[in-house]
Amino acid sequence: MNSRLPRAAQAPAPASLPPAGLPGLDPALSRLVPAAARTWHVLDNGPVLEREGIAPIGTVLCVHGNPTWSFLWRSFVSGATDQALRGGDAWRVIAVDQLDMGFSERTAVERDLTLRIGDLADLTDALELTGKVVTFGHDWGGVISLGWAVDHPDLLAGIMLLNTAVHQPESSKIPAPLRLALGRGVLGKATVSTPAFLETTLALGHPALALDVKEGYRAPYRGASRRGGIGAFVADIPASASHPSDPERRRVAEALLSVDVPALMLWGPRDPIFSDRYLDDLVSRLPRADVHRFEGAGHLVAEDVDFAAAALTWLGDRFGRGAQDPAPAEPDDVSSVSLLAALDARRSSDATAVVEMPRRGDVDAAPRVVSWRALGQRVDRLAKGLLGAGVARGDRVSLLVPPGVDLTIALYACLRIGAVVVVADAGLGVKGLTRAVRGAWPAHVIGALPGLSAARALGWPGQKISVTSLPAATRIALGVTHSLPELMSVGAADSRPLPAGPAADDPAAILFTSGSTGPAKGVVYSHGQLAAVCRTLAETYDVGPDTGLVAGFAPFALLGPALGARSVTPDMDVTSPKTLTATAVADAAAEIDATVVFLSPAALANVVATSDALDPWQQNALRTVETFLSAGAPVGLPLLEAAAELMPNASAHTPYGMTEGLLLTDVSLDEIRALPEVGGVCVGRPAAGVRIRIAPLADDGSSSDSFGETEGVTGEIVVSAAHVFDHYDRLWLTGRAARRGAEQHARAAENGQTTNRWHRTGDVGHLDADGRLWVEGRLPHVIVTAGGVVTPVEPEQRVEGVTRISRAAAVAAGPIGTQQVVVVAETAPGTERPALADAALAAEVRAAAGVPVAAVLVVPRLPTDVRHNSKIDRTRLSRWADSVLAGGDLVAP
Amino acid sequence: MTLVLVTGASGLLGGSVAAELLRRGHEVRTFQRRPSGIEGAQDATGSVTDPAAVVQALDGVEAVVHLAARVSLAGDPAEFAAVNVGGTAVLLDAARAGGVSRFVYVSSPSVAHSGTSIVGDDARPADPRRARGEYARTKAEAERVALAADDPAFRVVAVRPHLVWGPGDTQLVGRIVDRARAGRLPLLDHGTALIDTLYLDNAATGIAQTLERADVVHGNAYVLTNGEPRPVAELLSGICLAAGVRPPTRSVPAGLARTAGSLIELGWRFRPGADEPPMTRFLAEQLSTSHWFDQRRTRRDLEWTPAVTLDEGFARLAASYAAASR
Repeated sequence: MNSRLPRAAQAPAPASLPPAGLPGLDPALSRLVPAAARTWHVLDNGPVLEREGIAPIGTVLCVHGNPTWSFLWRSFVSGATDQALRGGDAWRVIAVDQLDMGFSERTAVERDLTLRIGDLADLTDALELTGKVVTFGHDWGGVISLGWAVDHPDLLAGIMLLNTAVHQPESSKIPAPLRLALGRGVLGKATVSTPAFLETTLALGHPALALDVKEGYRAPYRGASRRGGIGAFVADIPASASHPSDPERRRVAEALLSVDVPALMLWGPRDPIFSDRYLDDLVSRLPRADVHRFEGAGHLVAEDVDFAAAALTWLGDRFGRGAQDPAPAEPDDVSSVSLLAALDARRSSDATAVVEMPRRGDVDAAPRVVSWRALGQRVDRLAKGLLGAGVARGDRVSLLVPPGVDLTIALYACLRIGAVVVVADAGLGVKGLTRAVRGAWPAHVIGALPGLSAARALGWPGQKISVTSLPAATRIALGVTHSLPELMSVGAADSRPLPAGPAADDPAAILFTSGSTGPAKGVVYSHGQLAAVCRTLAETYDVGPDTGLVAGFAPFALLGPALGARSVTPDMDVTSPKTLTATAVADAAAEIDATVVFLSPAALANVVATSDALDPWQQNALRTVETFLSAGAPVGLPLLEAAAELMPNASAHTPYGMTEGLLLTDVSLDEIRALPEVGGVCVGRPAAGVRIRIAPLADDGSSSDSFGETEGVTGEIVVSAAHVFDHYDRLWLTGRAARRGAEQHARAAENGQTTNRWHRTGDVGHLDADGRLWVEGRLPHVIVTAGGVVTPVEPEQRVEGVTRISRAAAVAAGPIGTQQVVVVAETAPGTERPALADAALAAEVRAAAGVPVAAVLVVPRLPTDVRHNSKIDRTRLSRWADSVLAGGDLVAP
Repeated sequence: MTLVLVTGASGLLGGSVAAELLRRGHEVRTFQRRPSGIEGAQDATGSVTDPAAVVQALDGVEAVVHLAARVSLAGDPAEFAAVNVGGTAVLLDAARAGGVSRFVYVSSPSVAHSGTSIVGDDARPADPRRARGEYARTKAEAERVALAADDPAFRVVAVRPHLVWGPGDTQLVGRIVDRARAGRLPLLDHGTALIDTLYLDNAATGIAQTLERADVVHGNAYVLTNGEPRPVAELLSGICLAAGVRPPTRSVPAGLARTAGSLIELGWRFRPGADEPPMTRFLAEQLSTSHWFDQRRTRRDLEWTPAVTLDEGFARLAASYAAASR
C-alpha cells in the first residue's frame, strides 16, 4: 500500500451491497461479481433484461472516477433499463465500483493505472462480455475506460466520456486543486483521514447537489478505513513524466489516436479540474467525436444535466433500431471553389483590393490602400510565418482584430493554411465573448492591443500573436510570442512553396450567434460553405469582380477579396456599430467609387440620423451607389425609406439570414412598398440556391417533424442551401435538434437535390402564394392560447398602427395552452416608468390587435439584443409580464 | 319538463339561475328564508338547516341547484358550518332519499385558494385546511361532502363561478361604485394583478348548463369565468365608468393594505351578512394577486361558452345605471 497513506486505509475488507434507500438507486440492479480472486460491486441490468427475454444491442461499460462510485451512473442504468422494458432500444449497462472504491473489495494492494486497467479486463472476462461494447468513463475512470477500450479492439463499438483527461500537456501544470491535494503531508489528510477531498468534489454540483444525493455519494466512504482508495487514486495521478503511471497513461493516449469508433463527449465546462483544454486534447485524438458542452454544468455533469437521456439518444442514433447510415453523402457543389481563387487570379494586378479608412480625428492619416498584388504577397508571407510559428492546419485561431487591412490579411493567411478562424465579435459583450472564446478553445490568438489585453485579463487560451510589433515589456506582460510584421518578414525570407491549400469540406471558420436566445453558439463553416456564401452573394446582388464594396456588415465585409471585389472598411468603432456615421460611409464610398454598400441595421439607423452632416461632395458619392443592403435583422419600412433617400439611385434590399445561414431570402424596398404592412415581416423570395420549407405548428406551439411548402401554413422556417453552416461547435444536442426531420425529409421528398442539409431556424412564418416568406416571430415566442396559437409579429404590427404606440411586443402570460396575450409597448411621447396603459390607449390597442389582449403595459424602453439593438427580447418581457400581472413589483423589464 | 329546486334564489345569482332555468323550459321551485318573487316559479320558504322544511320543498323535485349559503367575511365559525356544511348535508341526504337524480352544488374558486396567485390553473381539489376564511373553509368542506355523495344514480357536480357581477349587483358592483364615489377606492400595487370575472348572465347560463350536462360530467368540479382576465385596475375602472363615477387612480402598496384599511367586500359570495368586516388580509390578497383560470376543460365538458363579453357587460351595466338615473 502506498506508504503516503494512513495505516487505517491499509486493511482489506470484503465487497458488500449498498444499503437500501439511496435516492435513484434500484437495489434490484446491484450485484457482487467475483473476478480474478477479487469481488466487485456492480450495477448491472443484464439479469433484468435476460429475465424479460430482451436481447440487448450491446453493453455499455461505465467506469466512475475519484471519489465517486457506480451511484454516479444510476440515472443512466435506470433510464436504459426503463427504455428496454418499454420496448425501446435495449442496452445492457454495467456500472462498476472500482476495486478499493464504492462497495467493491478493499484489497490492501496499491492499485496503479496499469493494474486498474487490468482489473477492469479481469472483470469483463469474468462477465464473459461479447458483442458490441461501448465504454463510458468519467474523471480518472475516463482514462481507465479508455485503457480498456484500446486493449479490446474486437469488442469496442463506441466511446462515451464525461469530463476527463488522458493527456497532461508538458507545458502546463496539473490543476491547482490536485496539486494541493498531492502536497507533502497533505495527501493522507485530505483524502483519507478526513473526507475533505470527497466533500470538495460533492460541492461541485451546478446547482448544488440535493442532500440525499450527497449522502448517496458518501455511503461507501464512511470512515478512514473505507477511503484508502480515494487517497491512492489521487497519489496515482501522473502529475509529471517521471510518475510511475505516466508511461501507461501515455500508452493509452497514443493508442487512442488510432481508434476509429463513434465517440461522444458530454462536457461540463465549469470544471476546476478537467477544463476545456482537456476537452480540446480529447477532440484532437478523436476528431470525429460528437461533443456537447452543457453551458453552466461542471465536473459533476452527470448530476447537473440529464446526461442519461443525451447518452441514450446518441446510442440510438449510432447503434439503435432508428439508426441509419447518414443519408447518402451528396456533396455540395463546391468542386471549383476556393476562397482564395479570386485573389490568386489577381496576383499580378496593381488595382486596389482593400482600403481601410483612417480613424476620425486623425487628420494626417491617409487611407490604407492595398493592391491585389500586395495583398497576395502579404497573405502568402504571413501564411508561411504562421506555419513557422506552429500554427498547424486545423488549429483554431481567434481573430481579435478590428475590420480592416490587418484582419483581411490575417484571415486569408489562416484560410490559406487551413487554420480555422474563430470570429467572435465584440457585440457579444465581454462576458459573452469570454464564454465564446473559451468554448472554442483556440490554439492561437491574433489580436490588436485591446483584444490581447482582454485575452490576458480574462485568461483566454492560446498562443498570443499581436497585430503590431510591441515593446518587449508589453510583449512579456501580455504573453505575446509573435507579431504579424515579424511573422511576415520570416515568411518573406522563406522561399519554400506553401503546402497545398485546404479541401472544400475542411472547416474554415467559426462564427458566433448573437446570443439573444441564450449563450452565443459557435457556428462552423467549411471552406466550401463559405465559398457558397460568396457565390450566393454574387448571384443575388451582382457583386463580383471589380465591384466597389463598402463593407459595413461584419460577416460579408470579410468576403470582398474572395468575391474579387474592391472593398473598403469605413471608419467606425467596431464595438458599437451604431457609431457609424453618414459621412464615414460617404467618404469610404468615394474612396473606391463604391456601387454596393453593406450595413447592419443599427449602423443604418445612425447613418440616417447623421445624414445632415453630409457635404455636397459626400452626398454625390452616395448618389453613385447602385445597391445597398441592410443585413442582420429586420428593418422597418421608414428606416429603409430614409436610407433610400440618401442613396437615391440605389436599389435597397433587406435580406433574411442568420449566423447559421447568412443569406437566405431577399426583398427590395420596392417590393415591400407594394405589400400589406401586416401579416408578418415579408422577407422576400429565396436567395440563389436556397430552399425554404415550413414545419407546421401543432396546437401546443411546437413545430412538426416534417416540413413542406403549403401556402399560408404557419410553422417553423426550415432552410437548405449549400451555404448553410456545417455544424454547431461542440453542441451536438443543439445541432441534432436543429436538424430534426431532415433525414426523413431528404429521403422521402427530395432525393436528388444538391444538398440534404436542412436547418431549423427557430423562426416562425409562412409562405405566400407567390413563394415569398413572411416571418411571424421566434418559435419560443409563440403564444399558445386556449383559442389557438398566436404568433407575435402580426399583432405587434397592428398595434404599432395606433398613433400613440411607437414600438410594441406581444408576449405570453400564463401556462402554455391557456396563455393570455399581453401587449408591452413604447409610446410617443414616452412614459417615465412602467405602468398599465390608460383606458383609452388600452381600448385602442385592443381594437387594433386582432386577437384578445388581456393587458396593455407601457414601458420606457423594450429590452433588445446586444448585437443588433433591434430584436426585442420577448422571452424576458414574457417573464416580466408574468410577474407584474401576478402582483409582482412594477419594475422596468 | 323537469322540476328543479333552486335554493338561495332571493340572491341576485340564485334569481338569475332560476329565471334561466325557466327560460330553458324547466319548472322551478325556489327555496329560501323569504319569498323569491321570481315570476313563474313556485316558492317554498324555510332554512336548509331545517330537515322538515327541506323534505317538504323537495317533494316531486328531480334536480337541485344549491346556492343557499351563509356569505360573509367574518362571523361565528359555528354559524358558517351550520348553514354551509350542515345545510348542504341535510339537502343532499333529503334529495337522495327523495329520488332526486341530479344535484348542482354552487361552490366558489376560493375553496381551492390558499392566498397565492392563481395563474391559468384549472379547478384544483377543494382544500378546507388551506382555504382562507370561514366562508371559503366551509364551502370547501361542503363541496367535498357533495362530491363524495356523487354516484351514478345521484349525480353531483360542483360549479365554482368566479367574481360574478352585473346590473343590479349590490355586492361587487354596488360597493365598488359607492367607494369610488366617496373617493375611497385605492388600487393595490398599481392594480396590475390579472383577474378573471364572470358576467351575471353568463353565470346563469353556465350553472343551468351544468345541470343539463350533469349526467355526463357528474363527480367533477368546474370553475366558471368569462375567460377574459384583465388587470384589476381596468375592471374597477370599467365598472366605475359604467356607473358614471371617477375611477380610482391612487395606488397603495398591497402589503400596507393587507394590514390596514378597508375595502370592498367583493368576491366569493352572493348575499350580504349583517356583520361585514373591514378590509381583511384575505381581501387584500384577492386584489393584489392574480386569479385567472384555465377554462378549456370547463368549456369542453359543459359545452358552454359565455355569451356576453366583458365589454358588452360593461355596456349593459352602463345602460342599467343610465336607466336608473332617469
